[in-house]
Order: sequence, then C-alpha cells, then structure tokens
Amino acid sequence: MKLYCLSGHPTLPCNILKFKSTTIMLDCGLDMTSTLNFLPLPLVQSPRLSNLPSWSLKDGNAYLDKELKECSGHVFVDSVPEFCLPETELIDMSTVDVILISNYHCMMALPYITEHTGFTGTVYATEPTLQIGRLLMEELVNFIERVPKAQSASLWKNKDVQRLLPSPLKDAVEVSTWRRCYSMQEVNSALSKIQLVGYSQKIELFGAVQVTPLSSGYALGSSNWVIQSHYEKVSYVSGSSLLTTHPQPMDQASLKNSDVLLLTGLTQIPTANPDGMVGEFCSNLALTVRNGGNVLVPCYPSGVIYDLLECLYQYIDSAGLSNVPFYFISPVANSSLEFSQIFAEWLCHNKQTKVYLPEPPFPHAELIQTNKLKHYPSIHGDFSNDFRQPCVVFTGHPSLRFGDVVHFLELWGKSSLNTVIFTEPDFSYLDALAPYQPLAMKCIYCPIDTRLNFIQVSKLLKEVQPLHVVCPEQYTQPPPTQSHRMDLMIDCQPPAMSYRRAEVLALPFKRRYEKIEIMPELADSLVPMEIKPGISLATVSAVLHTKDNKHVLQPPPRSTQPTSGKKRKRVSDDIPDCKVLKPLLSGSIPVEQFVQTLEKHGFSDIKVEDTAKGHIVLLQEAETLIQIEEDSTHIICDNDEMLRVRLRDLVLKFLQKF
Amino acid sequence: MDPECSRLLPALCAVLADPRQPMTDDTCLEKLLDWFKTVTETESSLLLLQENPCLVELLSQALKFQDVSSRILSFSLRLAGIFAAQENCFQFLQQGELLLGLFGEAGPLGLPAWNVPSVRSGWIQGLCSLAKHPSAEQFLVDCGAVDTIFSLQGDSSLFVASAASQLLVQVLSLSIQGRATPHLGSSDGDWPSCAQSIVGYLEESLRSGATPQITQALKVLTTTFGRCHHSWTEALWMRLSPLVTCLLEKDTVPTAHSLADLFLSMARSPTFGSSDCDLWVTLAQTLSCLSPTQAGPLALGILKLHVCPQALKTQAFDVLLQPLACVLEAAAQVPGSSGLPDGTGSNPTMADALLASTSSCAALLCQSLAHLGELQALPHSPRPWPQVLLLEATVMTLRFCSGSAVPISSVGGRLCGILASCIRVQRAALDFLGMLSQGTGPQESVTQVFAILLEYLRSPESSPTVLKKAFQATLRWLLSMSKACGSNNPDPHTQPFLRELFPVMQKRLCNPCWEVRDSALEFLTHLTTHWGGQPDFRQALLASDVPELTQQLLQDPEAYVRASAVTAMGQLASQGLHATPSGPEHPGAKQSLPQELLHILSLDSEGFPRRAVMQVFTQWLQDGHPAMAEDLEQFMARVFQVVSRDLDWEVRVQGLELARVFLAQTLGPPDCPYAVALPAATPPTSPAEVLRTLGRVQLLEFAFRALFDCDRPVAQKSCDLLLLLRARTAPGGGLQGAECNPEAVTVEAALRAWQAGEQGQPLGELVPEVVVAILRTLDLEGLQATLAESSDHVEQSPRSLLQDMLAAVGALGGHEADCY
Repeated sequence: MKLYCLSGHPTLPCNILKFKSTTIMLDCGLDMTSTLNFLPLPLVQSPRLSNLPSWSLKDGNAYLDKELKECSGHVFVDSVPEFCLPETELIDMSTVDVILISNYHCMMALPYITEHTGFTGTVYATEPTLQIGRLLMEELVNFIERVPKAQSASLWKNKDVQRLLPSPLKDAVEVSTWRRCYSMQEVNSALSKIQLVGYSQKIELFGAVQVTPLSSGYALGSSNWVIQSHYEKVSYVSGSSLLTTHPQPMDQASLKNSDVLLLTGLTQIPTANPDGMVGEFCSNLALTVRNGGNVLVPCYPSGVIYDLLECLYQYIDSAGLSNVPFYFISPVANSSLEFSQIFAEWLCHNKQTKVYLPEPPFPHAELIQTNKLKHYPSIHGDFSNDFRQPCVVFTGHPSLRFGDVVHFLELWGKSSLNTVIFTEPDFSYLDALAPYQPLAMKCIYCPIDTRLNFIQVSKLLKEVQPLHVVCPEQYTQPPPTQSHRMDLMIDCQPPAMSYRRAEVLALPFKRRYEKIEIMPELADSLVPMEIKPGISLATVSAVLHTKDNKHVLQPPPRSTQPTSGKKRKRVSDDIPDCKVLKPLLSGSIPVEQFVQTLEKHGFSDIKVEDTAKGHIVLLQEAETLIQIEEDSTHIICDNDEMLRVRLRDLVLKFLQKF
Repeated sequence: MDPECSRLLPALCAVLADPRQPMTDDTCLEKLLDWFKTVTETESSLLLLQENPCLVELLSQALKFQDVSSRILSFSLRLAGIFAAQENCFQFLQQGELLLGLFGEAGPLGLPAWNVPSVRSGWIQGLCSLAKHPSAEQFLVDCGAVDTIFSLQGDSSLFVASAASQLLVQVLSLSIQGRATPHLGSSDGDWPSCAQSIVGYLEESLRSGATPQITQALKVLTTTFGRCHHSWTEALWMRLSPLVTCLLEKDTVPTAHSLADLFLSMARSPTFGSSDCDLWVTLAQTLSCLSPTQAGPLALGILKLHVCPQALKTQAFDVLLQPLACVLEAAAQVPGSSGLPDGTGSNPTMADALLASTSSCAALLCQSLAHLGELQALPHSPRPWPQVLLLEATVMTLRFCSGSAVPISSVGGRLCGILASCIRVQRAALDFLGMLSQGTGPQESVTQVFAILLEYLRSPESSPTVLKKAFQATLRWLLSMSKACGSNNPDPHTQPFLRELFPVMQKRLCNPCWEVRDSALEFLTHLTTHWGGQPDFRQALLASDVPELTQQLLQDPEAYVRASAVTAMGQLASQGLHATPSGPEHPGAKQSLPQELLHILSLDSEGFPRRAVMQVFTQWLQDGHPAMAEDLEQFMARVFQVVSRDLDWEVRVQGLELARVFLAQTLGPPDCPYAVALPAATPPTSPAEVLRTLGRVQLLEFAFRALFDCDRPVAQKSCDLLLLLRARTAPGGGLQGAECNPEAVTVEAALRAWQAGEQGQPLGELVPEVVVAILRTLDLEGLQATLAESSDHVEQSPRSLLQDMLAAVGALGGHEADCY
C-alpha cells in the first residue's frame, strides 16, 4: 500500500493511494498562493498599477523590464496570474482509477488532471460539492477571462534568472510547472466526469475495495472518505469541522477501527477561535460604518459567507445598521445564495427542520427580501446605479489579485475611514495587500476557519483509535512562528507519519488476509472435524476461481475423460491432478501415556529425556530413538522397518486423522 | 400547649395513624415535628403525653409496622426521640416498652420499610434526640443500637450515612462525659463499655486498609474533635494517633481529604491547639507527603488558624505559592532566575502535577489562586506577603493562557500548550489579579498588570465571562492607583491606559454577544462614577464614540443590555458626558435623553430597563440634574402617571422612592432645632402649597393608589411616604381638615373601592384640605403595623397547621382548605 503525495499544501491536498489493485486519487487541490506573486488584474484601467516602475537586475540588464514591476519594495510579475499544480510527474495519471473529492475547495485542480494527463477514470463527489465547486471554478474563470492580458511572462522563470530575483519570487517552487487558468470548456468537460454520491453510500471499485463518503461538517456536501476492503480500512479525513455551523455534523463513528487514517485539512489558524473572530468582524464592521466608512470583505462566493450573513442578520438591528446596504458581488452570487437554500438534506438538523415549516433554511433570504442584502454579478451594470455609501461589500477573490475586490481596493484604499476585513484564511493578508501599498484603508484580520484544531484532533484520534496516522509534515511540528507551542501539532502514539510534496510513502501496514467464498455445493461436501473445542477443520480440494478481484472456491470438476478430438488442451480446461492424499494428522503425544503404551507392547528399558523442543524417548534395547517435538515426530532406528512401522502405528494412535 | 391545639390533636393523631388516609405532604410532618420540639423545650414532655394520650397511641400504632406507611413510621421514630429526650418521659415510654419496640432489634430493622432511606434516617434522628441522658446510654447498649449505627455509616444514602456518623459521635461523647479523664488510660478496662465498643470499632476501621472504612472513622474523629473540647478527646487521640499517622506512611494517601479535615479540626480545638502534643509535627509531615492538590486545602486551613507555629505557617504558605512559583520558573528566560525565595521553586512533584494534563494543571492553579485570594482578604494574611512575586506569577499565568508568553524552556513550552485558552484559569487569575490591587507593586509590575489587562480586554479570544473578570480587575486596579496617587496627582499608568481603553470599549460595545455589551456598559458606568469629573478622563471619553454607542444601546434587543445602557447613560448625563442629541450625523429625529428614558419607561416590555430608568430619575432628582430642573413638575407628573400603571411591583416601589425624594425636596429640610441655621434662600413653602404641588404632579393619586397595592412592599413604601407627608403637612394643628366636606367623602369612597380591589375612577384634582382630611382619617399607623407583619403570620400558627392537615384529608367536614 503506497501513498503518492502530489501537493505540499496541507489544506489543498492531492494524494494518490494505491490499495489492493486500485489507484485512488484523494482530492485535487489547487494551490493559488502562487498568484500572490503577480500584479492584480484591475477591472478598470488603473493608472497607479500601469505606472508602476519596472524592476531590473542589479547589473542593469533590462530584459526583465516588461515582466517585473516594483511596488513599495516588492516585485511582482506583470502577467496573467498562474497557479501551482499538483505534481504530475510522480505517477502516470492515466493509471488513476478514481478521484474522490472531499469538498468544493479541494477540487479546483480537477480540469488540469482530467483534461491533460490521460486520465480516463471516474470522479466521485456529492451534489453540493459539484454544484458549488462549479460556481467557484466559474467565478475564477470569469474573473480572469474578463480582464484579458496580452502578456504572459516566462523569462523570469528561467532558473538562472529566478535565483537573482528578490524574495519571495526567488524562493517560489516549481515555477516552470505553473499554469494559467483553465477555460470554461475544460471546466465543463472535467465536471462531466463526476459521478454523484450521497453520504454513507457504498461504492464498489472493481470488487476490490469499497469507498464511502461520510459527512465532515465543514461545508455543504463536504465529506471524508472511508476506503475499505474485507480486512483493511483506510480513512481519509479532509477539511472537517466539529462546530455547529450550517452543514450536517461530522460523522466520527464511522471512522473507528481504521488501519490508516490520512489526516489533512486542519484549521490554518489554530490559535484563533471562530467565535471570537466573528465578534471581532461584527464590531469592526459596525464601528467603520458608524463613522461613515465602507467595509470590504474579500471572500469566496460560498462557505463562511453564509455564516457571516446569518450572524449579521441577527446583529444589524442591535448595532443600528438596519439602513446600511450590504452588497454581494460575484458572477455566481445569485446561484450561490439560491443553491444554499435548496440543499436541505445536506444541512444541519436545525436548518433542515426549517424547510418543513416551510421557511428558507438560511436567513439571507429575508435580508434579500427586505432589500438589506443585494447581489450583483459584477460592478458593471445595475450595481453602479444602486451603489450607496457607506456600505458593506462582500466580493472575491480573497487573493486580491483578480475579481471585483481589486476595484474596491483601488477605490477605497486611500481613505482611512474605510476598512478591509479579511475572513478567509487561505492567503496571508499582508502578502495579499502588498501591491496596494501604501494603503490608508484600515485592515482587520479576522480569519474564520472552522476546520479541526489540534485539541479537537487529539480528541478525535482518541475516539476513533486508528492504528496509524499519516499527515502533512506541517502538522508534525509547531508552526514556525510559534515554535514553543508544542500543543499546536499532532500528538499521537505511534507518532504520525508525515509526507511532503513529491514524496512516496509506503504505508506502515501489510495486508494479511483475503476473503474467499466457497460455493454452496462445495461447502456441502465438507466434513469438518472438531480438533479443539470450538475449532473444526476440514480438508478442501477445489478450484480457485478469481475474477474482478473476487475469489471463489468451486468444486473440482469430475475427472472427465480427456476429449480425444482436440489436440491442444485449452488452459482453462487444465484439471489439476487429484492424487489420493494421505490423511492429515493433528494432536499431540502425551509422553507418559506413550511410554506406558510402549511398555504394554513389550518394550522395556525405556528412558525419556527432555530437550529444548520436546522429548526424546530412548529404547535402549532396540537402539531406537523417538524424537517428539511440537511439530514433528521422528523415529530413528537402524534398518528395522518392521520396528519402525510398529512404533509408527503406536504413535499414530495418539493422533487424530482427517 | 394551646387548648385549641389540644382539642385538635386527637383527631390529627387518628388521621396520622389511619393507613387509609395517607398523608402526602412531607412538609406538614416536618412542621409538626418542629412544633413539638418547640413545645418540649418549654414544657414537660411527660405532662404532654399524659394530657394527650392520643400521642402515645399514635406511637404505639407505629409499632404495628405492617399498617403504617414509611412516612408515618419515620415521623413516629423522630417524635418518640423528641419526647424521650427528657429523662422522666424516657422512663415513662420505657415502661410501655415503646422505645424498645421502636428502636430495638424487634423494631423496623428487619422489615421491608427499613429499605426506605427516610425510615433509617428517622431511626437515627430519633436516637439522636434521645441520646441526651445517662439512661439513654444504657438503653442504646441494651437494644443493640450501636452495631446498627456502625453498619449505617456505610449506608447507600449519603444523608443516612452522615447522620449515622454524627450519632456515633454523640453516643461516644454521652458515654464518656462525666467520667474523669485520668482514668481513661490506655487499657481497655478504663473505658466505659459503650465507648469501648465505639473506640474498638474505630481502631478496627483504621486498621482495615479499606478507604471507605478509614474515611468513616476519620469523619467520626473529625466531628468528635470539632464538637467536644473535653480533655477526654486527648486521651482518645493518644490511643488512636499511631493508627492515624500510619496512614501517612503509604505512598499515596488515599484518604488525604479526610485526614486534612481531621488535623484541621484538631488544630482548631483548644484541647490540642494549646497543648504540646505533636500535632504540629504531624501537620508538617502531612503537608509534605500529600500531593500538591491535596495539600492545598490543608495549607489554607493551617494559614487560617489563629494559633499555629510560624514555621508551619511558612511551610503551608510555600505549598500554596509553589504552583505559581513553578509558572514563574517555567517562564524564566534563564533557569533559576525567577527570583523566588529558596525552596519555593523547582519542586519536581509540583512540576509533574502541573504538566500532567490540562485538567490537573487548571485545577491546581485555580485552587492555589483561590486560596491565596482568600488569604489576602484575611486580616491576618501571611507576612511577608510576596506581592511582587504574586503579581508577576499571575501576569505570567495570564500570558500563558493567552498564548502571548514566549518561554524558552521546554517546561514553559508545555505549560503554554496546556494553559492555552484555558478559560477556568483565566477567570481565576483575573479574579486574583483584581484582589492583588489592594497592595501596591513596583512601577514595572504595575505596567505589566495594565498591559495584560489591556491585552485581555482587547483580545477577540477573550470569552464573555473572562472579559467580565478583566473589566472587574481593571476597575479595581484603576481605583487602587487613583487611591495611591491621590485625586490631584494623576497616576502615570492611568492616563495612557485610558487612551488605549476607549477604542477597546467602542469595539466591545458593538460586540454581537450581548453579555459582552452588558459588561462593557457596567464597566463604563463604574468608570464614569469614579472619574467622570477628571478632565483627562472626560477628554478621552468624549474623543471616542463611546457616548454615542451607549445611547444607541438604549434600543438594544436584549433587555439586560438596555437596562445597563439606561444606567450608563444616566451616569454619563449626570456628569455632562452624554452625546448631544442634535449632532450633525443624527439630524432631527432624536429626542432629549429624559424624553427617551420616559419613552422606555412607558413602552419597554421588560422590567429591567424600566427599573433602571426609575433609578436614574431618582438619582438625577437627588443630584439636581439640569435635565430634570427644566419643567420639573410636568415631567414628574408624566413619570408618576406612567409608573402608577406599571405591572412590575419593583418599578412601582422605585416610583415611590422617586416620590419620596420629590416630596422631601418640595417640603424642604425638616425643622431641626439643632441644625446650623443657614440663611434661607427661599422662604419655606406652606403646607397648602406643598399639597397643591403634589396634586399637580399626580404624586398624591399615585401614593393613595399604591397604598392598597396588592404587592406588600409597594403598599408599605406608600404608607411610609404618606406618614411622612402627614407629619409635615397635617400635624396636630395647622391646616384644618374638612372632614365633612362632600369632596372628602367622595375621595374616601374611591379609596375604599381601591382597597376592595376595584379599579375605580381617578381622584381628579385634590384640594389641600381634602388631602389633610383623608390623611387624618386613614389609619396609616394601623395599616403600617398590618403590613409589617408577614403575609403568612396567621397561617404559620400551630393551630393553623393542625387545621390545615386535618382539612387536607377532609377530617374537618365542610371546612374549606386554604392553600397552604
């Protein structure tokens, strides 16, 4: 059993598990932090961005002029943003049988894999994962395609050039493999390969293993996966949450008794508690708006935004914000808000019950109805007519490199009355803001990450008791900035095995059993014999038939006369020779009784010696030795076959035959 | 006994003894027992029984166990005990073998009823009452009760077990009392037989090695030493001490808690505390061999002793300091540089206990902090009090909890992980930090204290309860700083702190969690009360949005927050610190603060904000707040009109308090012969004028209506108010009343209607003469006396109890049962 680790990002995993005869890809995360090295894509011409000075090498060589720009001491690539793909060289992707997706954030690299690597298998995901994943991809494609950029920089990627660049460009890994965003066509083609599954549904893969998605509590339709054969169980825990937010709660019980538990997608901010952050978010929002400022919330179009809107729904009246408009701007805003209301079966119990009242499960429906929350596909069109300040704007993309958020940062960045509040934990907010510096706008960092923290993980591991834990290397040591916090790492026994990008792990456990079925007629013919209380044995002669990873014992064919007409025998007709077998023996020989029997049969002068493995019975007169050990008995006598046979029969009296 | 009660008693006894009429109300039986106890305290039980043979009958009825419910059986056992407490009555009951029947082996012991805990409890309580005289001791031995008591110590019901242990102590002391101590040598023969069997049992228990038995024996000893201070207790200790001290020699002391209790009980007893027995040595030994968590309560107990060797106190204090010393040690940049007194730090057991798990670490630290806090409040707190060490350790604990500590040592790293966001420890440490504000500290420590407080106030990770504690601790430190520096001399810490504080307060007032908004408002109220007059404070406050945010919270969806906002606004306005209503960003719309509060008083659906409004109005009126001075009469009239209709009696009481203040101000200072004569600015108002004013502001109507309020406190308050009014406006002479005035007659009729509970018409305008007439007519003193008696004074009489019990089973025929 092997694990191929294709991504080094702990919350955007991409691993391949070889288990029995199957090759299973677990998630397909796309690391978008690479885009932070690029200049933002402005929706409207930005004189500031277009007038940024070029950056050139110290030797004055100016050939990178067109590609690199400098802003407040940072160097950015002036090109279409590119993403860091999972490793594709480590394993032949055409051998991957299936891809299991755990949540919509972990499938963003799917088109790269399914469309360009020879992949021919199936992708499994839940319906909300597919639908919301499609929205995220659609938004991403839209953000990038609507601002066409002629230039695609590549000179800086030259290894000799790259090492001369300032950090972080210098330290960026695998830049040669970075790719531009996929197209909508590729998205559609990739998503067409997805087969929908429901929680706890059992999916057979080639008869070899069974895979089952389990609710993980993190997002709509998010799942953990159990991959099991008859005797082995591997659990894959991706983004999971034990907090009571909108999704169905996490199913922990089904993870019990795993041989291997692969643990990814823990919280990225282990020291921040989501409740405190929501409080911080609300109070900063209220204070800014009270002072006449605007609030910008860079966010994804689905996920935490639902919880934030719910929280604001309860909060705005108490904070006197009833008249402040909330805008949600995304090409998929409308679909996201509407989708959230129709996935009732994937929601937590409270929200599910609302559907029967019937009421919309999320209160943002009411915010929309009362015109407090308005949503627009982009800043162009209706939005510009309705736009009223001060206001609160939720928009993407959290990397601040593309999407409508770029426009708002350019628009509001100069006034200290305005605030940008970061709630998505995926990008470092300082890096995200770097190309906008100097910035007068206030910046508040309230990362809300509801995924498991280390305390919850240690409770989970105690609860489900896996034999082995495998996790990204980042989880086996404290975060670099808080190296004294020994509590911010996975602590389990035996210690967790760690992996890093481009590593192949041999998972620490061996398969020992295989299940074989016996055909009823064969079973009928067996005659079990009880050799110990509770244990019966029977000899079986049969043909082992293996097909689709299923093994069946069939009765041996009657020894038919070989048909004379055919000269060449077909392989399948080959009948094993069934010789008449000697009976099998079992039992042990009680030495004392054996000696008595020997005496009864006329042997005298018997001596018994104890050896390390058993006993030696010496028949001194007959110059014969009987060696009795746990798993063998030898009669050693000189050429006296008669005596040997006599002795053998005496020995056999003590043993059972079958 | 009241003859009426005597008359009712036979019927009651018959009811109680009748199994067909089950008595369902236990509380009645309890009250009955209480009553008998009171009666027998003053009267002879023997006479009582002789005069009321029904009682003896009731007791003998209880002997027919099959027929009696467990409730009545338990009751009878206890009743018999109460009567038998007097020796002659005991003899009387013994003659009939009644007591032996009830408490002896032929009694309820073998019956199914014995399985009911209340029966076992009744048996014990009966014996407890009975074991008062020498005859009782013999009786206990004869009826074999002592062995039963032994077994009941391990009873499944904790109440029974505990009562059995108490009874054992009582029997022991009964048995020994009166004998000369010197005779209680070590030989068995010197002890009275009953005492001998109890002591033997204790010895056996202590030797048994079984924790429950040992604990029981220790409990008996603890109670004995706590209760009896005779010299025989010392003899008892001499005999048992080797067995007890043996327990300390085990690796882990299983009964540590009980042992600590025992030693402390001994140390408090004058018998041991003063003598030169080796108790102090034992205590020192115990302190050192118990685990840190077990030793804590013992150490606290030792430090609370009035008489105790200094060395032992020092040792005990060290035990309490050690967890905090460990925290400091773990945080020290260089090992051993924490500046602790020798022997305080680097205790391996302590470090182990702290680092074992979050729960043990939190338990130990919280215990230590709570104990130290308790000690600090004592008048004889340990000296020298290591204020600096404690300040630093507490601040460090809080930093470990918030994750802001960056320790170098591995112990520090682990402690950091264990304590991170541990709310329990945070609360305990903040509490203790607040208490430490009573002492001073060097500049450096105080700076650290304010820094950590600000960190907690600011951190989004602080839970609402932690934040509340942080507010409380902050307030205490600010107060102590201003006290230390005097009001004229601004303290160097407060000013920068206040500048940082208000932005934090703004954020807290906007928090989505109502508890946070509420405690922030309470904190603001306290701050304003203490520093509202200080220019620096005023400047910092007015530069922030805090006043506007507070005003906005008057409309908060949560009632508690609205109430706190009302109080805070009241305080801000008192100090002239509230937001001006017509700011440029709030055009028009806004009304003045008094109007807004009046609005809350009239319309708020919850009581708390309305009560808060009344308190603010009262405070304003007392302080002569300018907002009230403007058109006072009209405003008051509006308030009294609204408040008299309020459904919450507390609001109405507050309204009467406001009325009292208004009345006092209208009347002016009372004529006091000894008052320093000030030149009167305004001539005293005439009584008629006063009454006219009171009429105009609707105060009289409100007060008269309240006089017959269905809630007693309202009526009482109104009565007091009207008495004051009468004393000042209609004393003997002065204004003539108009008794026969037809108007007065109408008013009296209206009052009578109110008294009868009818709504009635408003009184309309009241002429002073009519008011005086009514005040004279009303029997205010009588009313006051009636109201002063609690509403159930009639129902609490024994006669009423007996009647009620009889009525409950319908034995009083047509008599209607009142709801008792």
